[in-house]
Amino acid sequence: MIEQKRMSTTSLEALFQRYKTAGWWILAPRAEGDITTFGEVDSPGDVAAGLIQTTLSPKSAVLPIWEELFRFRRGESGIEVVEAAESSVPTIIFGLRPCDARAFAALDAVFTWDSQDEPYLARRNKVAFVSIACNQADDYCFCTSTGGGPGDTAGSDLLLTGVGDEYLVEVVTERGVELAGIAGELFGPAEGMDKAAHLASVPVRFDLDRLRQVLPKTFDREELWIDQSLRCLGCGACAYVCPTCVCFDIQDEATRHGGARVRCWDSCGFSLFTLHTSGHNPREVQSHRWRQRVMHKFAYMPERLQVLGCVGCGRCSRACPVDMNLAEHLAVIAESGE
Amino acid sequence: MSENIYRPYLMRIAHIVDEAPGIKTFRLTFQDEEAGARFRFKAGQFGLYSVFGQGESTFCIASSPTRSGYLECTFRTMGRVTTALADCDVGDIIGFRGPYGNTFPIETWEGKSILFIAGGIALPPLRCVIWNVLDLRERFKDVSIIYGARSVADLVYKHELEEWHARGDVRVITTVDPGGETPDWSGEIGFVPTVVEQIAPSSADTVALVCGPPIMIKFTLPVLEKLRFAKNMTYTTLENRMKCGIGKCGRCNVGKVFVCKDGPVFTLEELEELPEEY
Amino acid sequence: MTGLQDAARDLLQSGEAAVVIGFGGGSAGGARPLMVRDPTSVGDLIFDDRCVHNLAVYLLKPEVKSLGKPAIVGTQAVLRSILQLASEQQVKDRDVIALIPEADGGVRRLETLGEIEGAVSKPDAVLSPEEQNCLDEIASLSREERWRFWQEEFSRCLKCYACRAACPMCYCSQCIVEVNQPQWIPVPAHPLGNMGWHLVRAMHLAGRCVNCGECARACPVDIPLNLLNQVIEKEVAEQFGGKAGLSATASYALSTFTTDDKDTFIR
Repeated sequence: MIEQKRMSTTSLEALFQRYKTAGWWILAPRAEGDITTFGEVDSPGDVAAGLIQTTLSPKSAVLPIWEELFRFRRGESGIEVVEAAESSVPTIIFGLRPCDARAFAALDAVFTWDSQDEPYLARRNKVAFVSIACNQADDYCFCTSTGGGPGDTAGSDLLLTGVGDEYLVEVVTERGVELAGIAGELFGPAEGMDKAAHLASVPVRFDLDRLRQVLPKTFDREELWIDQSLRCLGCGACAYVCPTCVCFDIQDEATRHGGARVRCWDSCGFSLFTLHTSGHNPREVQSHRWRQRVMHKFAYMPERLQVLGCVGCGRCSRACPVDMNLAEHLAVIAESGE
Repeated sequence: MSENIYRPYLMRIAHIVDEAPGIKTFRLTFQDEEAGARFRFKAGQFGLYSVFGQGESTFCIASSPTRSGYLECTFRTMGRVTTALADCDVGDIIGFRGPYGNTFPIETWEGKSILFIAGGIALPPLRCVIWNVLDLRERFKDVSIIYGARSVADLVYKHELEEWHARGDVRVITTVDPGGETPDWSGEIGFVPTVVEQIAPSSADTVALVCGPPIMIKFTLPVLEKLRFAKNMTYTTLENRMKCGIGKCGRCNVGKVFVCKDGPVFTLEELEELPEEY
Repeated sequence: MTGLQDAARDLLQSGEAAVVIGFGGGSAGGARPLMVRDPTSVGDLIFDDRCVHNLAVYLLKPEVKSLGKPAIVGTQAVLRSILQLASEQQVKDRDVIALIPEADGGVRRLETLGEIEGAVSKPDAVLSPEEQNCLDEIASLSREERWRFWQEEFSRCLKCYACRAACPMCYCSQCIVEVNQPQWIPVPAHPLGNMGWHLVRAMHLAGRCVNCGECARACPVDIPLNLLNQVIEKEVAEQFGGKAGLSATASYALSTFTTDDKDTFIR
């Protein structure tokens, strides 16, 4: 049972101070020129206002764009491997959207199925989510087609919904109870607050069940994939703004004395992603790479990891230089029949 | 806190064999002897071998699990990492993490005959199984090896081929592509699929293992089918590009199947279910 | 619009072109690149102020090349890109038909590189007032400040390579960032890796960039890459004369030697 409370929007300042005093680092949407990213903030005044969605997702808080998996040194006695220093601090991601909060389940699934990815979990276990429900959406939003919604609580520890000059605060998880407890006196009883009236309307763009049914049977429909992907440029913009894309590369960076094994974001859209050293490429053309992107998120992940690889945030389609619109393409597939 | 799954074992290069032009075999021993004593793997598994500062590269464990205390790998100098590996000397330290992937179900083959078919640099994944089977020789019926390379110089494990040949309890047939023979070559001349067809090994109660370049596999499988080898008793290994080896980096999948977790060993029956993405 | 659609239909029906690279309606009221292969689909072609992409990038994409001879809806940026690609031996005469929508709704059809040369105008790249301000501001900075400015801009880079993918001139079959023996440019998107990539990108486009602005438009984190190119183009024009993309036979400024070269070091 999700407990509901109310809080004045003016109490945010005090809430931030309380969290900071309790040792939390706060990441929130911040304007950086014309784009918005999640960065450290001191007070609510630093948080970018009036956003539908940040340009970049909060994924980097748990999966940085590059990170050291470990370091190594060359010494007299040969090679010495040194674990990367524990660097992450307890972090509240504040002001993320419900779609982004749900995205972490997809990341968790990849990094904890079969084997536990320690470098990921070291960060992940220290992150809490205070989300803000959406009161506006744009043409690219399609959370409601992927099982979410503008007021969805899944993945959030606390979910705030703006109701006039107050927030309806939903305490979703145990950690949420802890986060509400830190500043108990800022909250009051939530009677009479109508959440639904203050949520954005996000139309359903495709029937997810239908898509899941049709998609696995479309692998060999070359013409479908060519049709959708001919204009795709094969860059990594969609993957790099995506809150659930996790595919990565591992590289070494070193000097004579030592260095680090480094994990970097990568993208299935790049032609080199699957290229064998022999020159053979299992996904030789962009249509096959586009198919992989769609299949991975909507067929393979649900089947293998029991989680959808997409939360409908729409960032890929906003960022695409040539307007590859994922929801539109998914709708075509869902309606294409078997 | 659990172990960092990306942290490799430190391995000392104990021995290097120059197999063929551009191809070497390393024997590796664990720098941490306790870790070496704990280490277990099975035939068919692979690992990520690394030169610190250059990166990791994926290939199979070429030695048999019946031989403990060391690992062997055979690689061709191709990219940045294998070039750096080839530059290593005996005594140098490299990284290894693994074993990863599934295995050949050797224990289910007891009492059956076994046919190994390999081409070029793809003998190493089978060498692991060959030694495993030969070390338990009495448990199997006939054992045959058909191995081909472009030329005599390109054959790997030349000494072991002779050793297997000399044993008497293994049938060894080596072949080189037309034009690849030397004046004193006593083996077959012809492409692997052709040789298999000519020799027409019996498929009765026989497990077939086929590893080689895609073109060899493509033309050998129909021959085996003609010879009535059962699809669920015909095995091969897939090699897609990998970075993590543990089902996370997202690039080795063939459809929904991870080569690194569900493979690299597949039966022909399983292979036919997979989309063409390898 | 119907002029363009009619021309496209004619080309596809007659088999003179296998694909028409043009624009169609896109998300949120915008336009997007559109490849029309079926004459019955030419009705999807549009052309108006929303159509800003430099479609020439598709001319060298293997997936598009494999379709057969293309016709392309030609903006000035497209025409200049074709000429630059021709001068680099990437496009041959009569490899591509350019369709130029005219103000009266008609379409000019350009079959040869010579016709395309006759159709390019020679304006400086048009910058928005914002971009011009930014450029003026950069120009007023000291060398150290300029370095810091670009360091800061590049710090946002994700290394998604959208700038490269959207650029008609970035067609190297193996890009420098894909060479790892040696690893010229660090792979991670850290300051050194980002700086390495952007310096090489800018330098490799020096004297070749047609200033279409696609790199900046494609960038998901708004790095004003076109301004960097703009400054370099100006420099190249001043030092070596000429501009990229005005002639199909121009030689490349940075690799051409003439006996009356201003610089003496080379003699």
